[in-house]
Amino acid sequence: MTDPLSKSGLSRRSLLTTAVAGSAALTVPARANDPAITELQPWMQSLGDGVDARPYGTPSPYEADAVRRDVPWLTADPISSVNFTPLHKLEGIITPNGLCFERHHGGVAEVDPAKHRLMINGLVDKPLVFTMEDLKRFPRENHVYFLECAANSGMEWRGAQLNGCQFTHGMVHCVVYTGVKLKHILEEAGVKTNAKWIMPEGADASAMTRSIPIEKALDDCMVAFAMNGEALRPEQGYPLRIVVPGWEGNMWVKWLRRIEVGDEPWHHREETSKYTDLLASGKARRFTWEMDVKSVITSPSPQAPITHGKGRTVLSGLAWSGRGTIDRVDVSLDGGSNWTTARVDGPSHTKALHRFYHEFDWDGEPLLLQSRAIDSEGWVQPTKNALRDVRGTESIYHNNSIQTWYVQKDGEVENVEVG
Amino acid sequence: MLKSVDLSLLPLPAAPLLPLPPGEGRGEGIATRTTLTRPSSKARGLFTALATLLLTTPALANDLGRPATPAEIAAWDIDIRPDGQGLPEGGGTPADGEPIYNDRCASCHGVFGEGEGRWPVLTGGDGTLQDDRPVKTIGSYWPYASTVWDYIHRAMPFGDAQSLSDDEVYALTAYVLYMNDIIDDEDFELTRETFGEIEMPNEGGFIADERPDTMTLAKGEPCMSDCTDGPVKITMRAAVLDVTPQTEATTDEGETVMVAAAAPAFDAGLAEKGKKVFKKCGACHQVGEKAKNRTGPLLNGVIGKEAGAVEKFRYSKAMKKAAAEGLIWNAETLGWYLEAPRTYMKGTKMSFKGLSDEDDRAAVIEYLKQFE
Ligand code: HEC
Ligand code: HEC
Repeated sequence: MTDPLSKSGLSRRSLLTTAVAGSAALTVPARANDPAITELQPWMQSLGDGVDARPYGTPSPYEADAVRRDVPWLTADPISSVNFTPLHKLEGIITPNGLCFERHHGGVAEVDPAKHRLMINGLVDKPLVFTMEDLKRFPRENHVYFLECAANSGMEWRGAQLNGCQFTHGMVHCVVYTGVKLKHILEEAGVKTNAKWIMPEGADASAMTRSIPIEKALDDCMVAFAMNGEALRPEQGYPLRIVVPGWEGNMWVKWLRRIEVGDEPWHHREETSKYTDLLASGKARRFTWEMDVKSVITSPSPQAPITHGKGRTVLSGLAWSGRGTIDRVDVSLDGGSNWTTARVDGPSHTKALHRFYHEFDWDGEPLLLQSRAIDSEGWVQPTKNALRDVRGTESIYHNNSIQTWYVQKDGEVENVEVG
Repeated sequence: MLKSVDLSLLPLPAAPLLPLPPGEGRGEGIATRTTLTRPSSKARGLFTALATLLLTTPALANDLGRPATPAEIAAWDIDIRPDGQGLPEGGGTPADGEPIYNDRCASCHGVFGEGEGRWPVLTGGDGTLQDDRPVKTIGSYWPYASTVWDYIHRAMPFGDAQSLSDDEVYALTAYVLYMNDIIDDEDFELTRETFGEIEMPNEGGFIADERPDTMTLAKGEPCMSDCTDGPVKITMRAAVLDVTPQTEATTDEGETVMVAAAAPAFDAGLAEKGKKVFKKCGACHQVGEKAKNRTGPLLNGVIGKEAGAVEKFRYSKAMKKAAAEGLIWNAETLGWYLEAPRTYMKGTKMSFKGLSDEDDRAAVIEYLKQFE
């Protein structure tokens, strides 16, 4: 987590002031010559590393702060804990493998693929065991999907808490998965007619389980062994995980070793004690699987302040829905009074992140930035208060409300709530 | 690796020819698309012929995987359902469970299930579900007792999963339910047969998904202009709470311990690194003034001391034997143990895969030196 910039003694704030001063200089016609041009830089003169210096490439040291971060006070222990994707540092819709947030319940299992098996049992004609090699003999497919933890933004139910979209929204990532349709594997075992549910189970020390309705299992669920073109990362379930598009991240069981087919849900710990949504009435909703339409502005945001001063500004953000594609994203610069439709750019895959932009001239006055996404099923992202009106503040999960960022005159950005 | 490979010797990959099996309704997989569009026009004739042939032939051979044996299924099929499906033979009472709980669970969950520090609370919270700060526990929230059995058996104690016998899990489940006033009689034997008698207070507290409960286009277009009563005001700022972690690794004042008082050979910088490495140990071991035995023994003063010497901790036979043979923990011996616990000490109950990085081992040992 070393930041070469701060090592050199420059704080972000001092960089900021220089940057603002620099932009002021732009409007002055006669300016000093730029030493980045007039002086010979070390990389222009001496040779760099040869091809084998980084057999597995790593980012430039100047990008050293584009890392996952955790919030230590959230959990008792880093083994059953979570860290967050640095959304403010990312572009496009694909999350690099090393930056996909992590959530484990028993640490990262280091599984030997040669000793990994997938068992299908329960209400099937013939219980089967597959090796990794067997699984790769099924027809493969590639799909881009987001994975969002149901508790993403969970710390914000009661009010603005954490300063940075990495912490407020960073329990989401989006990669291209390579794997096999679960349907093919289940068909190989022969699903009995009274089968209504499946239960994936992990091989790690938490032996994670969730109940999934058979319709979903036979629709778009996958068993994936690769992400973004390479084998799954250990922290994402190497060598095998189940992909449950658009649904709570917790259901995407990692280190997948078994799928049981049954006629009733199991009501295990992660669908009773956890991942149920307590309402103000004291009743709790269960089996709330879909991740609703949501968006967040990733820049400007608290960790990505405006450093160039007033003038042309690019607002950039992410939108997604577990129910389909994103049809539209509106943005507001005044806390939700007036909205303009942003530009959604790049590929639009179902149940995947979408990138949006809005270019505007900043007059240097404070802004209250918001984004509001609408998905292909017509679901509209609600305000925080609209959501609290129906759910109270103790749901923990499924907070898909509109985020407000307060941009101050100096370009610094803060997480706020507005009324 | 690649250096030694003569590229001319690499076999050319065979063109993928198999389309998806028929009946692949929603298959918008790239596999289909690439295989069907890529071949040159010459190859296409043959390819289409092959594809038609395959499409008219029944599905590909149904020969992947192999049958699971009954013993394999028994080894992995450990799940329990509310109707009791999956519960094994055996049984246990709250009275049987108490000593096991105190020994293997209380260090994290508290003697009364109240939760030590921020470890999960297992008891209490009755009637708080509508409160401002509801306390969701087995007693106040969980709908089914089967979940308690299933979870303890599959995941607890944390760091030593699936080490409990079925009787122990029955006894612990009974004891946890007893602490929650769900079982009143400490001699009530929980078995597969008596499981159905347990009534969980909040079983009726769950309802189905009621969404959409917020706005959809079916209810109208969202407002685009003058949507608020005049200009909006800031009502709350995250900066006031100031709970966001700093980007820079900060030293957490409460824990910077006795660096000055340490022996001259002590390397504070290395110890600081060791503090991070110790996060891997923290699930099982505590250090410092309030340290207690958890899954592993407390580690105050462990450097320079005989192995297996912490009072009240139940060591494995292997550790007791090593202690009897005079094992002393120093940088060298502990380094070996931490590198590969079960290779160095066959039979140790430290279920930790080891620290393969020598620097990490040195750092964590340096860190441990500060605790008397
Ligand atoms: C080293 C600390 C530790 C020990 C020892 C331990 N637990 Fe746990 N326990 C945890 C943690 C951490 C969790 C939460 C895990 C997660 O959420 O991923 C947990 C969760 C639980 C839960 C679920 C709580 C809830 O509300 O969802 C139960 C029940 C439980 N433990 C019972 C036990 C029993 C019984 C034992 C003894 C056999 C035990 N634990 C030993 C750390 C511990
Ligand atoms: C999953 C739980 C677990 C983890 C993680 C773990 N330990 Fe242990 N440790 C134990 C247990 C249990 C014992 C007792 C071993 C025995 O009796 O065989 C033990 C024993 C020890 C001992 C010997 C103590 C004595 O009194 O003789 C040392 C030293 C030690 N561990 C250090 C560490 C360090 C350092 C780490 C992290 C790098 C670590 N352990 C990680 C569970 C753990």
